[in-house]
Amino acid sequence: MADTAPEPNAETLADLIEAQRHLEGPLLPILHTIHEAYGHIPDTAPALIADRLNIGRAEVHGVISFYHDFRRLPAGRHVVKICRSEACQSVGGAALSEAVLAKLGIGWGETTANGAVTVEPVYCLGLCASGPAAMVDGKVIGMLDTDRFDRVLAELGA
Amino acid sequence: MKDFIIPWDDTDFGTPAKSGAPVSLIVDGIEVTVPEGTSVMHAAAEAGIQVPKLCATDSLEAFGSCRLCVVEVEGRRGTPASCTMPVAEGMVVHTQSERVRRIRKGVMELYLSDHPSDPASCIAGRDCELHDMAAVVGLREVRYGPGDNHFQPERDGRDNPRHLPRDESNPYFTFDPAKCIVCSRCVRACDDIQGTYALTIEGRGFDSVVSAGAAGDDFLTSDCVSCGACVQACPTDALIENRVIELGVPVREVITTCAYCGVGCSFKAELNGDQLVRMVPHKGGKANRGHSCVKGRFAWGYANHRERILNPMIRDRVDEPWREVSWDEALGFAADRLERIRKEHGNKALGVITSSRCTNEETYLVQKLARAVFENNNTDTCARVCHSPTGYGLGQTFGTSAGTQDFDSVEHSDVIIVMGANPTDAHPVFASRMKKRLREGAKLIVIDPRRIDLVKSPNVRAEHHLALRPGTNVAVVTALAHVIVTEGLADEDFIRERCDWDEYLAYAEFVRDPRHSPEAIEDLTGVPAAELRAAARTFAKGGNGAIYYGLGVTEHSQGSTTVMGIANLAMLTGNIGREGVGVNPLRGQNNVQGSCDMGSFPHELPGYRHVKNPEVRGIFERLWGVEIDPEPGLRINNMLDAAVDGTFRGLYVQGEDILQSDPDTQHVAAGLAAMDCVIVHDLFLNETANYAHVFLPGSTFLEKDGTFTNAERRINMVRKVMAPRNGYADWEVTQLLANALGANWTYTHPSEIMDEVAATTPSFAGVSFDLIDRLGSVQWPCNEEHPEGTPTMHVDGFMRGKGRFMITEYLATDEKTGPRFPLLLTTGRILSQYNVGAQTRRTDNMVWHDQDVLEIHPHDAENRGIRQGDLVRLASRSGETTLRAEITDRVSPGVVYTTFHHPDTQANVVTTDFSDWATNCPEYKVTAVQVAPTNGPSEWQEDYSAHAARSRRIAPAAE
Repeated sequence: MADTAPEPNAETLADLIEAQRHLEGPLLPILHTIHEAYGHIPDTAPALIADRLNIGRAEVHGVISFYHDFRRLPAGRHVVKICRSEACQSVGGAALSEAVLAKLGIGWGETTANGAVTVEPVYCLGLCASGPAAMVDGKVIGMLDTDRFDRVLAELGA
Repeated sequence: MKDFIIPWDDTDFGTPAKSGAPVSLIVDGIEVTVPEGTSVMHAAAEAGIQVPKLCATDSLEAFGSCRLCVVEVEGRRGTPASCTMPVAEGMVVHTQSERVRRIRKGVMELYLSDHPSDPASCIAGRDCELHDMAAVVGLREVRYGPGDNHFQPERDGRDNPRHLPRDESNPYFTFDPAKCIVCSRCVRACDDIQGTYALTIEGRGFDSVVSAGAAGDDFLTSDCVSCGACVQACPTDALIENRVIELGVPVREVITTCAYCGVGCSFKAELNGDQLVRMVPHKGGKANRGHSCVKGRFAWGYANHRERILNPMIRDRVDEPWREVSWDEALGFAADRLERIRKEHGNKALGVITSSRCTNEETYLVQKLARAVFENNNTDTCARVCHSPTGYGLGQTFGTSAGTQDFDSVEHSDVIIVMGANPTDAHPVFASRMKKRLREGAKLIVIDPRRIDLVKSPNVRAEHHLALRPGTNVAVVTALAHVIVTEGLADEDFIRERCDWDEYLAYAEFVRDPRHSPEAIEDLTGVPAAELRAAARTFAKGGNGAIYYGLGVTEHSQGSTTVMGIANLAMLTGNIGREGVGVNPLRGQNNVQGSCDMGSFPHELPGYRHVKNPEVRGIFERLWGVEIDPEPGLRINNMLDAAVDGTFRGLYVQGEDILQSDPDTQHVAAGLAAMDCVIVHDLFLNETANYAHVFLPGSTFLEKDGTFTNAERRINMVRKVMAPRNGYADWEVTQLLANALGANWTYTHPSEIMDEVAATTPSFAGVSFDLIDRLGSVQWPCNEEHPEGTPTMHVDGFMRGKGRFMITEYLATDEKTGPRFPLLLTTGRILSQYNVGAQTRRTDNMVWHDQDVLEIHPHDAENRGIRQGDLVRLASRSGETTLRAEITDRVSPGVVYTTFHHPDTQANVVTTDFSDWATNCPEYKVTAVQVAPTNGPSEWQEDYSAHAARSRRIAPAAE
């Protein structure tokens, strides 16, 4: 992913946009393609997309900002999403996430200084029966406590 | 004085009116019948019942987000939003059931829980729909304390990250996110009404905020064009005019007409006492339908600019400083000089120039001054330098010198040709209406050397852009006709019925010639033949075809020929005489149509009737008690030539700056310098005034009564909003001057002047101020046949009888590129500035355009070592100037482009004195030039600015 990403220059962006432009409603597929290629939506992309699709820059910005999963900046090598919904909170999720953030010395949405881990909130992973739950690089983990979480973070190199 | 305030119905019906089969329903026991497709909310409003609402307003389609307008419908479950629910036959609606009242109160309570509660923080006050609605739903208290919110700068002693700072980047309005309820009205107004798509909602849920542009933008850096539609749509004071913040909410309004471009938008001038607080577009205005642009809405501060001259001034010689004097002394001085010239050099040494900026009544008086007091026909007007070919060309083909449609017509067009016009900049409100139709699916063909915004802008794209080489309009128009005729696309039924068939046959023979084929002219025009053929087919086969054109058509040596070619195209395809079609000149100035109608030209009495015609002269001779010269008078350029020869010595110029706006500035200067008496009647010491002996201060459109006639022939009322700061309305000044020359005119109100126009001019026979007050506006011809005016012309037949096809042979202009001057310069306008800039340069519009720049293609720039922003020398055979380069592929290689809004650039130093063969309209749009990097202003610019500074000195009052 991010490691092998091409440089986000106007030419490669234009190619990515062009590849999806034939679709009906091409904006979301284009954003997904760019996000996949770079791990985020580069700042230069909205204006280029707007120009190619002949829509306003503001419209592109509105769509990108609507979806939390479109990043403005590259994430760390690993992404940890901790559930903050009611069921997980009721079994100690809030304290757990605070402990994790404190240990890593970062806030929500931030990345550790060594670039290893980005921590983000998520609202329900569907594991309400086995909370507190989290998702690490797309894989869900239940029944977390601080010890288990520490081992996970250690594996990630945080 | 007549301070007319019309009680217009400003009811907001919540959603737009629809057309369709009638549907009847019952709302709160009242039966109402509305067209199919109407919303329940609109139907309720028709029945006199206002359903509470926040996100709905009738200038925008329903959105259904605020949930305040919920109602109950018998036999249906739930509480649907009345704005998004269409009516159905027999529906029984309850807008005030216990259930919906409870819902509304709850919704309102949530809105107010995230809104500042301090009444002093609500600037809009009585204008604030949020507070109105709180009262309407009966909300007394909000149970929720301020929890997580957007309006407190600090929470629990820490900065509140949800509280965003005000956006004060726009000079005219402020956006305060703390007051925003995220109803999306501003975003929808920007998209659907203005068509700019500069705004969006950023984020989602409670994070949602209105955002101008993309991340990191503010209003000024976004695509925002400052039209004010968002400010007008905002139901709270989140978006509000800075003038209202400063001066409070206005309590009085006067309906009047904007004095900028030829669209002629109706505005409500909103005041406190006699202090103008803001101009708001008037929903009842038939030209603008409630929309506006940055100029009309905001750029009127020039009326109070410190440089405005309020006292008359005189001087013996133009190298002396001005002396401020009384009106009596100034008028006496002017009259003495004019009398002396008349005695020494005869009647014909005097002349006038009328203004396209002043009212019809004022223009009428100025031409009357020439004809009845100077007793000659030496009257001309700035239309000479813009749309005189329109008058001639359409007169020859159709029989009238005006556009054929009203602006509403564009809503019915299927294919639109825009030729030599840039509506988004020069006629922005009409452009927005056109763009709306284009988004609905109408096709667009742009014929212009430059890639104007309409060619490609958000959600609008031209089907064909014929980027022709400047000066080849006739070749392109004739080639379009060639394709239509040779491919059998002509509407022969229409031509047989409505046009002269023999003339058509001769014309068809002419255009069929292979030398007019797109292939034959491709090298000449630079337009690919296949593209031109495709465009011709699109126009001929696409349904209702309308042609809109501007000065890119007229300001050429073959301007009149192109206008006739356009008229040919319309007749050829049967696109005349109904809604959605027609030939429409986009007039540059607010009253250029009116100034032509009022007899400003040297060969025509009011109503386009030739001075040679003894019957017409008779009408005026009987009324005025003078003999009218049967010989046409001098055109502007002839006056200047005669001045240099010494036979023309005195000129009265009302509201026009010929030195800046007319071609070949140095020739104009020489002509003015040779005269004995130049009287300039204007708001400011304009460039022409540098050569004047008498300066009579003018009044703004806010300070007088009268009428303007816009590009659709619509006569709109201009109403006095405040007393003239200079003491007199312009029509009074002309009358004083005439009376100083012994004319004994006795007009007491402009309505009497219009009555005189009506009494003498058949196409205005039915026009009176009372009629305009009653109808809001009226489109001429207005007479016994058309008592309420004529929205569409030539419906059953052409004014001249049979439509006349004219042969349009292309002749290259004498202005040719060569080794010394290899590039072609063409000129135009930009949105935020207006014409010579006398008004807009004296407003905050300068933040958008503080200097004229030269657009040049990257290829041409590179060849000359020119980089973005470099100072460059622009030289032609006539002269040279310097300005900064803007490198862009909007222009083709070989073409450069600039605007003429700033006197220190003076693009017209460069333009030549070539002109239209029929009307002498100057060829502004084609000049062979060379461009090179330079270090400083040209010699001419330095001389000029020194001369201007010297000429503008005003002697301190002797006390």
